[in-house]
Amino acid sequence: MFAYTVRRILATIPIMIVVALFVFALLHLSPGDPAAIIAGDAATPAAIAHIRAELGLDQPIYVQFGEWVWRLLHGNLGISIFTNLPVTTLIAERVGPTVALTISTLIVSVLIAIPIGVIAAWKAGSWIDRAAMVFAVLGFSAPSFVLAYILIYVFAIAFPILPVQGYVSINQGFLPFLAHIVLPSIALGMIYAALIARITRASMLDVLAQDYIRTAQAKGLSNEQVLIGHALKNAAVPIATIIGIGIALLIGGVVITETVFAIPGIGRLTVDAILNRDYPVIQGIILVFSAAYVLINLLVDLSYTFLDPRIRY
Amino acid sequence: MTVAPTDFTIAAPAAAAPRRSWRSAIRRHPTIVFGAGLLAIMAAMAILAPYLGTVDPQAISPIERLRWPSAAHWFGTDSLGRDVYSRTIYGARVSLIVGFSVAVLSTGLGLAIGLVSGYNRWTDAIVMRIMDGLMSIPSILIAIALMALTGASMKGVIIAITVGEVPRFTRLVRSIVLGLREMPYVEAAVASGTPALRILRRHILPNTLPTLFVQATFTAASAMIVEAYLSFLGVGTPPIIPSWGNIMAEGRTWFQIAYYLVLFPGIMLSITVLAVNLLGDGLRDALDPRLQRRM
Repeated sequence: MFAYTVRRILATIPIMIVVALFVFALLHLSPGDPAAIIAGDAATPAAIAHIRAELGLDQPIYVQFGEWVWRLLHGNLGISIFTNLPVTTLIAERVGPTVALTISTLIVSVLIAIPIGVIAAWKAGSWIDRAAMVFAVLGFSAPSFVLAYILIYVFAIAFPILPVQGYVSINQGFLPFLAHIVLPSIALGMIYAALIARITRASMLDVLAQDYIRTAQAKGLSNEQVLIGHALKNAAVPIATIIGIGIALLIGGVVITETVFAIPGIGRLTVDAILNRDYPVIQGIILVFSAAYVLINLLVDLSYTFLDPRIRY
Repeated sequence: MTVAPTDFTIAAPAAAAPRRSWRSAIRRHPTIVFGAGLLAIMAAMAILAPYLGTVDPQAISPIERLRWPSAAHWFGTDSLGRDVYSRTIYGARVSLIVGFSVAVLSTGLGLAIGLVSGYNRWTDAIVMRIMDGLMSIPSILIAIALMALTGASMKGVIIAITVGEVPRFTRLVRSIVLGLREMPYVEAAVASGTPALRILRRHILPNTLPTLFVQATFTAASAMIVEAYLSFLGVGTPPIIPSWGNIMAEGRTWFQIAYYLVLFPGIMLSITVLAVNLLGDGLRDALDPRLQRRM
């Protein structure tokens, strides 16, 4: 297991090198002068020259890349062109609401999806199963911002029981936090829940056809004991895999959901950076999100041995 | 004279055949028929937009701004007095063009790279490391970053979304090719000295197409959503072209007093994505019946 963990961690290095190369190349792949692109259409030649010098764009490309990677390895993601603050500071200031939204979405999605998937598999072929699969197809087809506006209309305008927008930190009280985070979590989590529900059902159908399930039922165990204690436990690996892979969906959705609900997180920072053409911030955000995605999938891979002790590396 | 009755008896079932085959197709693959039907309606709506009671989607009428849905304006008017029905109907064009173009481009590029990578061990290691790296960047972030550089344009949207989708196709094609490479008929072709290009074209390529076709439908659905996201954020389709994302972005300021501005394009987008997803689901079930009961 130790050797596998080390191997798996080492395998993430080439992936992150490609990510870094892509992020670095983004500016240089674009047609025209990167400094002029960042400076915008109305920029003076002096402003363009300043940006060029600031970002080191007047140096040979290999020097630029070397310096950029060196700074990266020291945790320096550069300086924001718009705010003149370090990108790491900007991201650190905004990470709290995004992490809160992501975790609450994960909780909401898993709480909705796994029971639906388990019950659909248990009642395979029945109207409950068909209803669950209709939910999965509809949930997968409704873009998060469309769902967000429908939820806002129903729960904040037609029946004003929840706030329309905004974010309250958990430190300022759990209930206000919950009131502000519930709608964004449902809007963002629906597509994710649909995906998890489908995989849970498929994985459970495989497991429920196994001999040991028949044995458990023959022993006289209750349906709940068979489903949760035997079947779900053995169906956990594909479910954990899809939860890991689906994080990419969440990251994409975070940008939109934070915009709709005016949540001051990294997603909102991304939109501000796009509008201001603040390229160092965009580069920093891509690196941070990609690193988070790679790390989560690494943890999911390593969790397989805990979820299924038969798996040995 | 004895021929006529025979002709008649043969002709009768032939005339009834199309109707029966339709019924049988609906019974066997209801999801494909429903999804394809819904998509055909959307495509017809996009093509026939000028003939569906629409007006110029860009025509401004300040005197009629923010009018609720009525007989004169079925989906109401926006903050500039533009007819939301016309804008929504014309908006279907952008979604369908982007979805179709991204699906075709990603399939083509992924197929070319995946075939070479899967068949040639030398290039495989390098190409797949690059693809793994690109796959670890959420595709919407790739699209956002590229659009922030190139500025809003429909061509830019298509390219930006395609860049994020190609690695998924490449990996899929490669996995199929790796399996096919070990098949006896491919080994026989190699042993008989058939050139690699001919093996790829005649034996491997045709076997990758069904799976790719299914993946292409899901990619089209995803591309439509990403296009709407990009336009909603202001970096997608230029505001001069009505797209569902643009209409929603313009309507969100007025959402609390005119929710219909966001609702109608949102519903149309959801229905179109649903149609493409149903078509993809149905095709997957039809092409791999083992998955039918499971997924």
